[in-house]
Amino acid sequence: MSNMIASLYNIRLLDELAEKTTIIHNLHPLVKVLTTCLYLIITVSFNKYELSGLLPLFFYPVIVMALADIPVVPLLKRMIVVSPFIIGIGLFNPLFDHDPVVILPWMQISGGWISFFSILTKGVLTILAALLLIATTGMTRIAAALGMMRIPKVFILQLILTYRYISVLIEEVGRTVRAYSLRSRGEKGIRFSDWGSLTGQLLIRTLERAQRVYYSMCCRGFTGEYNAGSEKRIRTGDILYFAGWSLYFVVVRYFNIPATIGSLITGVGR
Amino acid sequence: MSHHIIQADNLKYTYPDGRQALNGVTFKILHGESVGIVGANGAGKSTLLMHLVGVLFPDEGEVRIGEVPVIKKTLPVIRQSVGMVFQDPDDQLFMTTVYDDVAFGPRNYKLPEEEVDKRVKSSLETVGILHLMDRPPYKLSGGEKRAAAIATVLAMNPDILVMDEPSSALDPKSRRRLITLLQRFAHTKIIATHDLDMVLELCERTIILKDGKVITDGPTVEILANEELMEKCGLEMPLGLQNCPVCGAKKAT
Ligand SMILES: Nc1ncnc2c1ncn2[C@@H]1O[C@H](COP(=O)(O)OP(=O)(O)OP(=O)(O)O)[C@@H](O)[C@H]1O
Ligand SMILES: [Mg+2]
Repeated sequence: MSNMIASLYNIRLLDELAEKTTIIHNLHPLVKVLTTCLYLIITVSFNKYELSGLLPLFFYPVIVMALADIPVVPLLKRMIVVSPFIIGIGLFNPLFDHDPVVILPWMQISGGWISFFSILTKGVLTILAALLLIATTGMTRIAAALGMMRIPKVFILQLILTYRYISVLIEEVGRTVRAYSLRSRGEKGIRFSDWGSLTGQLLIRTLERAQRVYYSMCCRGFTGEYNAGSEKRIRTGDILYFAGWSLYFVVVRYFNIPATIGSLITGVGR
Repeated sequence: MSHHIIQADNLKYTYPDGRQALNGVTFKILHGESVGIVGANGAGKSTLLMHLVGVLFPDEGEVRIGEVPVIKKTLPVIRQSVGMVFQDPDDQLFMTTVYDDVAFGPRNYKLPEEEVDKRVKSSLETVGILHLMDRPPYKLSGGEKRAAAIATVLAMNPDILVMDEPSSALDPKSRRRLITLLQRFAHTKIIATHDLDMVLELCERTIILKDGKVITDGPTVEILANEELMEKCGLEMPLGLQNCPVCGAKKAT
């Protein structure tokens, strides 16, 4: 049980990572938000049978992760949390879509499986990109960047408060579970009959706590506009970063690099 | 400045679940006064303080800060002059570093970044946790969190300081530092607390609440030394006014 609490407390890991000062962290938040947006759009724009074309997109998260010094394992753990949703979305494709697709001259599989893996890959890529954006920028600076993009204040506020609420919620879960386990004589987990009252309690407690946090924000002059302090200026490096990735994404989108390389090699081999 | 007079006029407040927490509270606090609000658990202290900063609004009655009534429309003005330290520091710390948390208020008022930096560092210095500046607040000890929460309010340079149990969870040295700090703070102070010895040192005036009503309001020394009254309100005389528990020597008066 203490294990569970420890991992819950790790929710703030992304926030902590965001305080590092690597090259990627030092980029202007706006640039990172725009790059991520473009990446997401390009990734989801692939059609559902194009699996191989997606592969070069893995470069982006890998490179960002390496440059920003982000540990891989905690990030993958967070991916696992969401993976059931992605699998759930793609699950029925192999069942309903039996059209054979030729991958290699001697190998065929059904289109359903291709589209399943393509959904899975897209899911992994997009979630990874979003997590990396948070881990290299931090939610408050992302919010500031969205402000610069003239996104309405209401949406930004919604985003920040929801993000805060998640950590409030998880901390309350941690406390409640700890209090429960200390009084439940070493039983594993939470007895089914107690689930109802515990979740009800949690809902009320987190709502109240979130409200008090909000009050204390208001008491310090919060009016819905978050001010992240020193605004960085966009430098040449930032523009180059964005331009470089944009170019790469567009090339990847219009030229199927693995296929091209493949045909080159097989062409040479023949 | 007549600005810093605080007036509560027949405040009544009932929580949505039907619990009446304030039942006609009236008082007037003048500029520069330092007032202790004491009372047993559930007497309504926190509820009262929430009314002073416009977090809760009374069902009946009115709060005025100077000439300004505390209503939704005047909140920006009110909140610039009244700073509140909440009972639970976790409610007050929500950013990723202590520094950002303390800077949150000044930044909301769009101060230039150098000024923000100056204020943040000096408030952290005042509460003695400048070295914790880059730590995440949720990883601090209870007392350190408390100190950080106080710093967040000091950084706003309020004219009136409202504190809900500021000395709970502080070690003796930090508590002493807080008391010295508050003694230096010349503006109006309102402190709800169970630390009666602190009230004795800091506040010349005390208001005792019981069941949402003001029981007495007067000079601290008289009230806290009134054993019968204290007993009636579920309180106990501060150690500073009791006979010495070790040697039995009579209290100093
Ligand atoms: N959110 C709430 N909803 C309903 N009732 C509440 C709520 N908060 C407090 N109360 C009730 O209002 C009364 C006054 O509470 P308040 O928190 O003001 O007491 P307090 O004097 O600050 O006590 P303590 O010394 O324990 O902090 C209590 O009886 C309490 O049960
Ligand atoms: Mg209280």
